Amino acid sequence: MKKNKRQKLSSQELHKRMDKVPDVWVKCPFCGKTIYKKQLGKYLECPDCHYAFRIGAKQRIELLCDNFEPFNLELKANPKYQDPKYLAKLEKARETTGLNEGVLTGIGTINGHRTAIGVMDWRFIMGSLGTATGELLARLFERATQEKLPVIVFTASGGARMQEGIESLMQMAKVSEAVSEHSKAGLVYISYLCDPTTGGVTASFAMQGDLLLSEPHALIGFAGRRVIERTIQQIPPKDFQRAETLLHNGFLDAIVKRNEMKTTLSHILAIHEGGDKNE
Amino acid sequence: MSKDTAFNRVLQARSKDKISIKALIDGITDDFIELHGDRAYGDDPAVYAGIGSMNDKPVTIVGIRKGDDDQTDAEVHFGSAEPDGYRKALRLMKQAEKFKRPIITLINTPGAYPDVEAEYHGQGYMISQLIMQGMQLKVPYIAVIVGEGGSGGALALAVGDCVWAFEESIYSILSPEGYATILWKDSSRAREAAEVMKLTPEDLIKQGIIDRIIPEIRNNDELKRFKADLFGKIEELSAMPTAEMLNQRFARYRNF
Repeated sequence: MKKNKRQKLSSQELHKRMDKVPDVWVKCPFCGKTIYKKQLGKYLECPDCHYAFRIGAKQRIELLCDNFEPFNLELKANPKYQDPKYLAKLEKARETTGLNEGVLTGIGTINGHRTAIGVMDWRFIMGSLGTATGELLARLFERATQEKLPVIVFTASGGARMQEGIESLMQMAKVSEAVSEHSKAGLVYISYLCDPTTGGVTASFAMQGDLLLSEPHALIGFAGRRVIERTIQQIPPKDFQRAETLLHNGFLDAIVKRNEMKTTLSHILAIHEGGDKNE
Repeated sequence: MSKDTAFNRVLQARSKDKISIKALIDGITDDFIELHGDRAYGDDPAVYAGIGSMNDKPVTIVGIRKGDDDQTDAEVHFGSAEPDGYRKALRLMKQAEKFKRPIITLINTPGAYPDVEAEYHGQGYMISQLIMQGMQLKVPYIAVIVGEGGSGGALALAVGDCVWAFEESIYSILSPEGYATILWKDSSRAREAAEVMKLTPEDLIKQGIIDRIIPEIRNNDELKRFKADLFGKIEELSAMPTAEMLNQRFARYRNF
């Protein structure tokens, strides 16, 4: 009985448990293989199927950057939101992630390439796009436009932040405009879609990159599986929103294993830095 | 139940008696021609779009419409557009820019169509492109929420110079039923959700989400007045230098 119960852990529950317990047997949420946590290595990849386990924003920066200077760390949700349940969620998310909001932004160096980087943290109210999250991302693109820097955004989000209502929806437009200004300046934006990227984030900046990269088996979609099941009584196939399906259907440029993330990104950044030679 | 509850507004926004998108377009243009197809693989009837003249001035109009009866409702998925619909919209809006035609969008949708095929054909990608490229169009762009303005599927066509809303309309992050399900795990609390969601035009105008409330249109005179309002706004925007119009548009969204 007990074993069965453990198998029923959702991907989210499984990841939450991993954060708390340092050394345990974990089950790959994609292929189901049971793995001793140490076997996942520093990149936290399934040795069998290469599923890249969910990681927090700071951990991603550590894997990627030689150095990183965060900015706007003080920005947080507008105090006008007073719902006690929401405030409690914010409090808990801040404690878990060590961030004031759901995205860590700053300027980092990747093998010598100076880059504006944003990393969404799935543990922050499911990486939802609140007003402050949108503001941090808009400022990231604006700063990159001013300093003529490439942008990489790692998305991991359930979509809009319901607790902030329609203002959360407006963040999709706000960030999109900042992406456009950056694009009009001839600068490159690499969107790196991580597990999971859904809803309003997929329907805005996650899909607006010049290059769209993803990690093996990452869940990427607009409408959630349950919404589809409930609204039109259709049972989606198992892998209908996995990165491999999107690649097959033409919506991604490449799927990159996490242990190759840094080299792949430096390679792409280097090619874009050579842009002057075509002028 | 009091007539002014937010949930009552939800019901009014969804009412079958509301003027149809087609009747609205016929009322504000003299010679509308529907244009079809996304030039990729389909033609989504939920997106009703084309060109026509308003007081002799050419305009492009893009609407998301609900059906008039059970059969048409099934065809347009109750007003839920698919990626090919959004792709058609973007195609015609880019064409409007080429011919310097102002754009009017008329929105009545509970949200983008949630199904497997729509996901395969890039529902999220198409909405992201309509938001990003739509905001950049160098022609006047007026969006009108006619009935339901549901989530990203509505926002896709509502990133213009101004957003107007009919008196009996709603604009929200998702349906009150969905909101109640996600936040309280109980869809029967939709009535309560509608209250806290601030989705009525009166609430939205206070937050600057919409700029103007249009009195509900029930007869020809009201339709003529709506046409005059739209035309007036188009003239006002057309008189502005394009850069100024765009800067004002960008600032509108940057301030959220």
